[in-house]
Amino acid sequence: MINQVAIVGIGTTGFRATTPDVSYRELTYEAAKKAYLDCGISPKEIGAFVATSEDFLEGYSISDEYSPDQLGAVLKPIYTVPGDFIQSLGSGVMMVLSGLYDIVVVQALSKASNMLTKPYMIEFAMDPLYARQLRELPDYVAGLDMARYMFDTGTTKEDCAQVVVKNRRNAMFNPYAAHGCDLSLDYVMSAEPVSYPLGELDISQHCDGAVVVVLARGDVAPSLTKKPIWIRGISWISDTPNLERMEWGKANYAQLAAKKAYAMAGIKSPRTEIDFAEINDEFSYKELMHMEALGLCNPGEARHLVRDGFTEIDGGLPVNTMGGVMGVGNAFEANGAHLVLSTVLQLRGEAGRNQLKDVHTGLAMSWRGIPTNTGAVVILSN
Amino acid sequence: MGLRRVAIVGAGITKFYRYAQETPKELAYEASKMALDSCGMTLKDIDCVVLGTAPDAFDGVHMNGEYLIDGAGGYKKPYMRHYVGGGTGVLSPIHGWFHVASGMFDTCLVVAEEKMSSAFPHPAGAFLTIFDHTTEQPLFPTLIWIFAIEMHRFMHRNGYTKEQIAHVAVKNKANALDHPSAQLGAKITVQDVLNSEMMAYPVNRLDISPTSDGAAAIVLAAEHVARRVTEKPVWIDGIGYCLDTAYWCNRDLYYPDYVEVAARQAYQMAGIKEPSKEIHVAEPYDPFTYKELHHMEGLMLCRRGESVKMLLDGVTQRNGNLPCCPSGGALGVGNPIAATGLMKIIEIFLQLRGEAGKRQVPGKPTCGLAQAWGDLMQVGTVVVMRV
Repeated sequence: MINQVAIVGIGTTGFRATTPDVSYRELTYEAAKKAYLDCGISPKEIGAFVATSEDFLEGYSISDEYSPDQLGAVLKPIYTVPGDFIQSLGSGVMMVLSGLYDIVVVQALSKASNMLTKPYMIEFAMDPLYARQLRELPDYVAGLDMARYMFDTGTTKEDCAQVVVKNRRNAMFNPYAAHGCDLSLDYVMSAEPVSYPLGELDISQHCDGAVVVVLARGDVAPSLTKKPIWIRGISWISDTPNLERMEWGKANYAQLAAKKAYAMAGIKSPRTEIDFAEINDEFSYKELMHMEALGLCNPGEARHLVRDGFTEIDGGLPVNTMGGVMGVGNAFEANGAHLVLSTVLQLRGEAGRNQLKDVHTGLAMSWRGIPTNTGAVVILSN
Repeated sequence: MGLRRVAIVGAGITKFYRYAQETPKELAYEASKMALDSCGMTLKDIDCVVLGTAPDAFDGVHMNGEYLIDGAGGYKKPYMRHYVGGGTGVLSPIHGWFHVASGMFDTCLVVAEEKMSSAFPHPAGAFLTIFDHTTEQPLFPTLIWIFAIEMHRFMHRNGYTKEQIAHVAVKNKANALDHPSAQLGAKITVQDVLNSEMMAYPVNRLDISPTSDGAAAIVLAAEHVARRVTEKPVWIDGIGYCLDTAYWCNRDLYYPDYVEVAARQAYQMAGIKEPSKEIHVAEPYDPFTYKELHHMEGLMLCRRGESVKMLLDGVTQRNGNLPCCPSGGALGVGNPIAATGLMKIIEIFLQLRGEAGKRQVPGKPTCGLAQAWGDLMQVGTVVVMRV
């Protein structure tokens, strides 16, 4: 896919641990307004919209009701995708490619601080007949998965802790991140165990915020922005939803989605053609697992790369340069949104102190969290 | 027009009923399997899957789309869920259309599933949280109340009476007698509707569609695949959808602007200038009796204020000039929200193919329309189909 669809505008509220001063509608409004200003359009010029939300996280049944007003989408084509933001982005890309619309807007939002019982909410995503009966807090799934991954690849707890140290440090210089922090390896290692080998600091913390992205068709994009970011490949895959059937220690969804996205983008050798990656690290080990599944390194190699500093900002393959989910915060469906945001900032050269030099192609990848095996990949170029 | 043509090539639908023994996954599986079998395809031939299901609260499963993956055939495939409340069913083929029309995929399995009866004692409870948390929820509104407000306003502005509107229930429930999936097909009279339990004036029990469990599925294909798979592809020629403001108290409820806007998009795309003449058969959404009339006006199938006349003159009967809800609609076949919309799409698909059996409308229709509606009386979704 060459020069067909571009991100021409992006707006965000930034992500914070809690946002008592604004409602979720105001978060979207702020992000939308910034995105429209970014490319100088008014809502009237927009053909269609895609919103992203999950009912239980919003606290509403059919939460799509509250999507149009703050986006300027009243009496305009809009629907909601209850999935990751990168899936919504895929929906938006297809809308542009179909030829029906020139400009499409995609939104995602998190108001996680409104949820007082997050683990119990996630428990509701478990199969009601089999898995939910275990009455365990859902992080055990990640604990089991991590143990299997460590066993398969020889990864140690220390390797995983190094991911946390790196990402949260990167987030310190990202003004949009909620959980930037300078931690020592020992401190992360000695955190309270949650579900062995998963420690408390191996788990990302939640955040609030919104991102709105403006997509435009290739021939329209150059008139809207000087720095269009081209979508070269996008794919989303769902593996089994059943814990009993999933392949523990593997991220098949990322592997399959990446394969399709690379094919679309015409990328034959991801290791050399991808300059940097912003990938889901909701749990520390997931960054390593996803790097391998995406073909950015060999199975079992990710731990060496992270320990050798190869994935640092000044390394050969920078990963989660703006902090990832660990540093920016876990925004549920909006995780994909802030990963895409970070990728766009890097490609535009607007990443501030974390700016990479001479980058042309970035990859953003998201995962929908426990207990799903759904992931999405997007490849962006400047 | 330059758009890639997309056709419906197969369809499947489960029986609609309350307290289904099947799990939501099994319902989705049954419908998907039927749809694939109907056009001789297997999951291997399917490039992507889209799923429509309305609120998670019905099934009681967070991320219901994820839960339904294997039932809907989305395992290890690009799989995406979408929703716009009650309009989800007709939005499903629209989302599927984007998948195929974009050129990214050649075939798409579209599945809609709803299991409402797991919400106990009544799924109406799931609707308590659709209202604004600050301005509306403290009043404890229910769904029936707000539709009573809308129905009352509709009757008042147009001078319609309850007796007239009750004819919709009589027609649709009788039509449903011929639908193999129907939950509430019955021969009833206007008096039966008026004598049924009063829920919230002017809504009686028989003015309302039932609580249902069920699933429906269709297979979409790009032109070059469709021509190979079937001799009778039904083309999706027009799509339209939109949402009005969530602040429904600020709107005049007597006329559905959102349906009109969506219909205009679809008509423009399909090149329809005079919908009342060019549409041969329609499936407007009828979760309440007055809604069929309300939507006919919004769809511009008649002038404002004239839908009742059409109904009483028998124009919307199965053998009339513009049959509306020949399937039996939500009132007769049942209303498993997302699946109902897709059931309407499937009805038009069968009618245009001439395969609707006892429900077949006369005169070999070539252009049909299905529409759904939902959320806080704010969604319009419209699909125009042709053979």
